[in-house]
Amino acid sequence: MQADIAIIGAGPAGLAAATRLAAQGIGRVAVIEREPQPGGIPRHCGHSPFGMREFHRILGGQAYAARLAAGARAAGATILCDTTAIALLPGPALELSGPGGVTRLSARAVLLATGTRESSRVQRMIGGQKPGGILTTGALQGIVHLNHQRPFLRPVVLGTEVVSFSALLTCRQAGIRPAAMIEPGPRVVARRGAGLLPRLLGVPLMLTTRITRIIGRDRVEAVAVEGPDGAHQIAADGVLLTGAFRSEAGLLAMAGLALDPLSTGPVIDSFGRLDQPGFFAAGNLLRPVETAGACWAEGLRAADAIAAHLAGALPGRAGALPLRIDGDAIRYALPQLILPAGPGRHDHIQLRVARPVVGELRLMQQDRVIARQRIDARPERRVTMPIPPGLGQGPLVLALEKRR
Amino acid sequence: MATDTGFDVAVIGAGVVGCAIARRFAVDGARVLLLERAHDVLDGASKGNSAILHTGFDAPGDSLELDCIRAGHAEYLDIHDQLNLPLDRCGALVLAWTDEEQAALPALMAQARANGVTDIQPMDREALLAAEPNLAPSVRAGFRVPGEALIDPWSAAHAYLYQAIAHGAQLRCRAEVTGGRRLSDRWQLQTTVGEVQAALVVNAAGLWGDHVQRLLTGESWFQIRPRKGQFILFDKPAAALARHILLPVPSKVTKGVVVCRTVFGNLLVGPTAEEQDDRDTAMLIPETLAALRQTGQAILPALAGQEVAAAYAGLRPATEEKGYRIRADRGQGLVTVGGIRSTGLSAALGIAAHVARLVGGAARRQPDHWPQMPVLAQGGRRDWRDAGNEGIVCHCEWVTQREILAALDAPAPANSLAGLKRRTRVTMGRCQGFYCSARLAQLTEGRFTQPFCGGEDGNAG
Repeated sequence: MQADIAIIGAGPAGLAAATRLAAQGIGRVAVIEREPQPGGIPRHCGHSPFGMREFHRILGGQAYAARLAAGARAAGATILCDTTAIALLPGPALELSGPGGVTRLSARAVLLATGTRESSRVQRMIGGQKPGGILTTGALQGIVHLNHQRPFLRPVVLGTEVVSFSALLTCRQAGIRPAAMIEPGPRVVARRGAGLLPRLLGVPLMLTTRITRIIGRDRVEAVAVEGPDGAHQIAADGVLLTGAFRSEAGLLAMAGLALDPLSTGPVIDSFGRLDQPGFFAAGNLLRPVETAGACWAEGLRAADAIAAHLAGALPGRAGALPLRIDGDAIRYALPQLILPAGPGRHDHIQLRVARPVVGELRLMQQDRVIARQRIDARPERRVTMPIPPGLGQGPLVLALEKRR
Repeated sequence: MATDTGFDVAVIGAGVVGCAIARRFAVDGARVLLLERAHDVLDGASKGNSAILHTGFDAPGDSLELDCIRAGHAEYLDIHDQLNLPLDRCGALVLAWTDEEQAALPALMAQARANGVTDIQPMDREALLAAEPNLAPSVRAGFRVPGEALIDPWSAAHAYLYQAIAHGAQLRCRAEVTGGRRLSDRWQLQTTVGEVQAALVVNAAGLWGDHVQRLLTGESWFQIRPRKGQFILFDKPAAALARHILLPVPSKVTKGVVVCRTVFGNLLVGPTAEEQDDRDTAMLIPETLAALRQTGQAILPALAGQEVAAAYAGLRPATEEKGYRIRADRGQGLVTVGGIRSTGLSAALGIAAHVARLVGGAARRQPDHWPQMPVLAQGGRRDWRDAGNEGIVCHCEWVTQREILAALDAPAPANSLAGLKRRTRVTMGRCQGFYCSARLAQLTEGRFTQPFCGGEDGNAG
């Protein structure tokens, strides 16, 4: 098989790029999707709001996903569902598997938009037994919204990110009553006020509390926790692991593409290019985790960069300035390699903080501050900083100065 | 419940050893019944191990264990092709990291040769680093054991079981033995699914071996002392870091922590060796897992940036003595196979042949039927390559819908998610069910005796 542009992942980023590229008539656009239907994570979400930025109206997750897919098809893109990318090959090319077996697809450019997933239990290093009934939000939403099944009735919910509260709503919708919501940190990670929701739903919220052991042979029977009041056990029939997103970057790691341990995603330059020719990345693969709307906008930007690449109009990677992070208050920052102007350029640095901070963000080059801005942010807030024009030589360093 | 009669042999316990014994007797023409207390086979000690086919180079000399490992290894080499079972003859390197360990190498090599493993090759530091460029440069010396190999621990045991079934054996799951007595010429066993009668009983109950022995004879001449082993499994990119099985110089107590690939394309570090009383519960301890990770990184420094895909803990049925505890009481029609603590996978076929000899059974026959096991090993011709696979369901391990449906219709069908995992590898990969749980819940609805409740169900590795 051949295409001009192959896109892996029919979520908001992949479908946005497909729509724009196909509409420009640059060539054949093929979107590879491993699930039976396009749409990505929003398809699994029963809740609103989606679509404000894209369609100027509020849609539920499934309606939003359907609308994105219809747009890509109307523009002329082909969406291959039930098709899994097995390997990324030089060329660029892809090894794919579908119900018909293995095929190879070569393209002039490949956009990776494989998204993100929640950390599993082992990645969170939770001890104890391995009974059934330990799920991530993603798995729960699939089981509840796509299958209309209930995997448990009284789980302990771990995490207080935005997705954790969406998990609580999914539980309520399915008639599942969580036994507790647990947060290892001293406060709710999502924005202020979110802690009211568990109270409204009658779910005890336990801060500064960690799960020490999961108990149960065939299925969860109890969860041992340790918190301000010491150690105790909570009777529960499941554990719902929420958030702690990480990039779905296994394909990239297997292909030897450079990854950033801080973002968990690929190392990209200002045009979303990776370190092997012809490969681009966009969306939540880049980092955990932004809204569907932000990913959609990144997909459009990637489309512009890819169009320029196919026209031979992108600057080379030589002379890219590495972006380094000073200290541990900044969790990650993108892009990791910065280039001057060009089509489809990431013209902002995007970053997240590791803990709530108030202070000043400084971009430095050769010990000179070349840009600064005030920052008052919590870990769940996306922070962007415009890249100033006229960059000099040498690596860029991003630092956070706390307010005294 | 009616009594089931007419069995020549009842094997108690469907771990890898019980499955191999059932195969041996069934192939030799006996009417065999295999009893398993769990929802599915391989649910005790056989559910978590290091998946290595050992040569016996470091086994105690002149021991029954050594004989069974040697015979089991040889028979696996004979039959694996016909059963479509994988074999990665990658060899092992025994590595010395200290003066003391280096000083122990000559004796270990002499033991290997005395054990009949004569093709070992001493290696100096340069040769080791050339063979394994990712090894920590502080390695001192070692030797290579070419015959050590990687196999699929679950497909092997399932193949023995399916071959037994093809030769007429019957499997009963959720059939816990609750009592038994010897009639004039046969045993009558009470189980949670009814009474059965068989001329010969083989106690292969693993972690419950002494308990079953007491149920049958009122006493046990050995005591099970469970020994826990925790493992961590790195995601597939880490498998490129090591070609050989990397073994430490063993201590008096344990073979130590192994670093090796799996046939599924991961990299495994483990096991620990922790004595405990509990026979049912193998707890994962985060601090121990972190220490295992450190141990792995000390051997392969590049493991530092690699992602862990899974962790598991298993229990070995060790006893108060080091060796295998195998004894036949022909007058009583009872064979006890106890204390198969850590080399059971390698020795299973050899143990089965030994047990058949002990009871002076019929002449050893060649099998008439060779079930074909599905290819699960990385690099083999997996189902996703072929047309008609009905699409991939588990995207981390590339498991197709056709493979899942086949495992639900196998000669001994998967009765639990844990059993399905061991038969197909679903949810065993890096996302641990984030994507495929919903689809699996649909595909398996009404098929399991232990209902699906998602995620890391049911203790499988």
